[in-house]
Amino acid sequence: MLRLEPRQQASSTMRWLTPILAVAITMVMGGFLFAAMGQDPFQAIKIIFLDPFIHETFGPYSRSQLLIKAGPLILIATGLSIGFRAGVWNIGAEGQFVMGAIAGGAVGLALYPADGIWVLPLMTIAGALGGMAWAMIPALLKIKFNANEILVSLMLVYVAYNFLAAMVTGPLKSPDGYGFPESRSFTSVDATHLPMIYEPLGMHAGVLVALALVIAAYVMMERHLLGFQIRLTGESPRAAKFAGVNPAVIVAVCLGISGALAGMAGLFEVTGPAGKLTTNFPVGYGFTAIIVAFLGRLNPIGIVLAGLLMALTYIGGELAQLSLGIPAAAINVFQGMMLFFLLAVDVFVNYRLVWKKEVK
Amino acid sequence: MRKTLLEIRGLSKFYPGVKANDNVSFTIQEGKIHALLGENGAGKSTLVKMIYGLVHPDEGDMLLHGEHYMPHKPSEARNLGVGMVFQHFSLFEALNVAENIILGMEDAPPRAELNEKIIEVSNQYGLPLDPNRLIGDLSVGERQRVEIVRCLLQNPQLLIMDEPTSVLTPQEVEILFKTLRKLSSEGVAILYISHKLDEIKVLCDHATVLRMGKVVDTCIPAEETARSMAEMMIGGEFAMPTVREFTPGKTLLHLENLTLESLDPFGTSLANVSLELRSGEVMGVAGVAGNGQDELLLALSGERPTDAGMVKLSGVEIGDMGPTTRRALGLLAAPEERLGHAAAPDMSLKENAYLSARVRQGLTKSGFTLFGKRDDFAREIVEQFDVRTPSIDNAARSLSGGNLQKFVIGREVLQKPTVLVVNQPTWGVDAAAAADIREALRELAAEGAAVLVISQDLDELMEMSDTFAVLAEGRLSKPRPAAGMTVEQIGLMMGGNLEERANA
Repeated sequence: MLRLEPRQQASSTMRWLTPILAVAITMVMGGFLFAAMGQDPFQAIKIIFLDPFIHETFGPYSRSQLLIKAGPLILIATGLSIGFRAGVWNIGAEGQFVMGAIAGGAVGLALYPADGIWVLPLMTIAGALGGMAWAMIPALLKIKFNANEILVSLMLVYVAYNFLAAMVTGPLKSPDGYGFPESRSFTSVDATHLPMIYEPLGMHAGVLVALALVIAAYVMMERHLLGFQIRLTGESPRAAKFAGVNPAVIVAVCLGISGALAGMAGLFEVTGPAGKLTTNFPVGYGFTAIIVAFLGRLNPIGIVLAGLLMALTYIGGELAQLSLGIPAAAINVFQGMMLFFLLAVDVFVNYRLVWKKEVK
Repeated sequence: MRKTLLEIRGLSKFYPGVKANDNVSFTIQEGKIHALLGENGAGKSTLVKMIYGLVHPDEGDMLLHGEHYMPHKPSEARNLGVGMVFQHFSLFEALNVAENIILGMEDAPPRAELNEKIIEVSNQYGLPLDPNRLIGDLSVGERQRVEIVRCLLQNPQLLIMDEPTSVLTPQEVEILFKTLRKLSSEGVAILYISHKLDEIKVLCDHATVLRMGKVVDTCIPAEETARSMAEMMIGGEFAMPTVREFTPGKTLLHLENLTLESLDPFGTSLANVSLELRSGEVMGVAGVAGNGQDELLLALSGERPTDAGMVKLSGVEIGDMGPTTRRALGLLAAPEERLGHAAAPDMSLKENAYLSARVRQGLTKSGFTLFGKRDDFAREIVEQFDVRTPSIDNAARSLSGGNLQKFVIGREVLQKPTVLVVNQPTWGVDAAAAADIREALRELAAEGAAVLVISQDLDELMEMSDTFAVLAEGRLSKPRPAAGMTVEQIGLMMGGNLEERANA
């Protein structure tokens, strides 16, 4: 009989190798997937992983998209990873992303056509607060009624989508927009336009904020008491209570931080790449960030790398759609495989497969 | 003379370092209620698990109706007419009674037929059950009925009951006893495990007493007193404490009518626990597990706050304060469960040192960890308490139980507490390490601290305590000097009823 047996101490080298192994397996299995669809697998994998960097015609544009797409993923995943390490499962970052964009965007629109360098920081703060407020709903319901934060935060994503639709067809609709369901453009006014810092790699100001927050998160988790309490709560809730940690505080802090970072990412999205609030500016960063957080081992540096990798599969995936006609769904499957294989490989890092005769 | 149903011949089961059962032999007669008596860790559970096929013995054999009997798994035991009702139920709350019963059956009859049978059997034995009710809606007593009816549907010849009354109200206990008597009158034998001596006295026909895995005595409970049976359980052979130099100082910890509801459905609530613990004093709190020990520790560590005035430390009311404040004031605790409560399994010893010593040892500066200081403290614990570990970077999980226990106790002792509360300080620890731990706790008291030792190991308590009290059903007896205490008195405190204790 085959059985999984826990290993005494999981190898730490293996823990770092698993994401790489998972990516490699995804490439192989993805290759089979593409082959089954009648495509040349090597060609498809090359287009997804290499062409964004080296392709003569698409390369320059693809490269400039890399950080634009990786930025929000990294920012959201950093917030999520803090909660995930405490066992607080915020699955609704997408909703907090949307609400942050609405809250921050509304502040910008209310001030229109104000000028000044203080406008964007103010909008950023409003965006963070909007995302945080949205995340506090599952937090309070969990603390007060022990409601499952996974369900509540996920369901609130759809509430946020509908709220967005109501806003862009109602109060936030552009007066000069010929009735289209969208807000005024943020990028056409300097005060609300997220500055681009290095065009060829798509590094806008939001990416810098994201990287700064990654470092701050790392310092908090590894060196500060709060980070210790968050990790302790995730490792062993009873030991955390013994250490004097208040679980309600941890729930509120974790959801609050992840909501704030997602909200900030949403604001950066509408003041930069998306340019305005529309019903289709959210493209699922909030959900993909969950994969990024786990692919990066819930570790800040890992998350930066995983965010870049994920952005690459987005961009490369689009190229593959364009040049090979691979459907978008296949690309989604490909991205999903990465998390699947990561979790699968993880099992074998923590457990070993043993062949055991049934005990008589 | 009734016929012998089950004969147990020389059963032994060895675990690394422990003889859980050592050459156990006795017989159970048809239609008799047979008690298995013993302290926690005496080997009762291992023994019944072997009878029920959950554990395979290393030596010895059993005869059922004179034929070789050695079940490899519970279903085999059930087919041969041996059923068991566990202390902790295995029922699915979201399913109804009939569905739960079907889950345990090999070839279940059609639903309508089964429902009828459940109603018939449950009424016949005075345990009425509605097969269509959800388990989640049932009381604990009713859930137990489901477990019993599940066994009865298989027409058992031997029914094993593990601590059945620990979860029942007195009224439910009465109903259960009627059922068991009816079963025995129909020829079913019952193996009844309990440490509630009064119950065994009124219910059981025979009793086998286990201590440290061996059969130490047998008796007919009706002819014994609760006290005499308690003495058999404890054994008369332990050394009486020598009188120690003991000059108690001022009161450090004062509990006044400490009352705390248990959050665990199988736990025991604390009711009006009062005591005064003085400087230099080691007080031992004895009692069988599950009588409020865990709750007492939680109430003192601060994990479960109470009314402010119920717990006083050096005159300051701290009952409503959390663990961090209590530590700062000098009240420290070491819970029974090392992994997962006293220490985080996957964190390093460094981080586990920080876990409870942060405040008193000043291991943070404006919230940031002082790594050097933290590592020094972890190293100090490892060196002074002889914790065997390759390094302080190792995870708590990788240490042996005894070494981790030394670490946990050392971590609290080295913080120089005013009052230290420990629960089961030497549980599962080898003799040498246990002696070290006891010595460290005695020394701490000698330096002027007060120590409260909650333990089920009477020998240990007698060895180290100045004063002694018993926690039973959430109530604490009046503490008295340990010196000069007799086995009879302890037996009385443990097995006697509350009135006797109050008058004593």
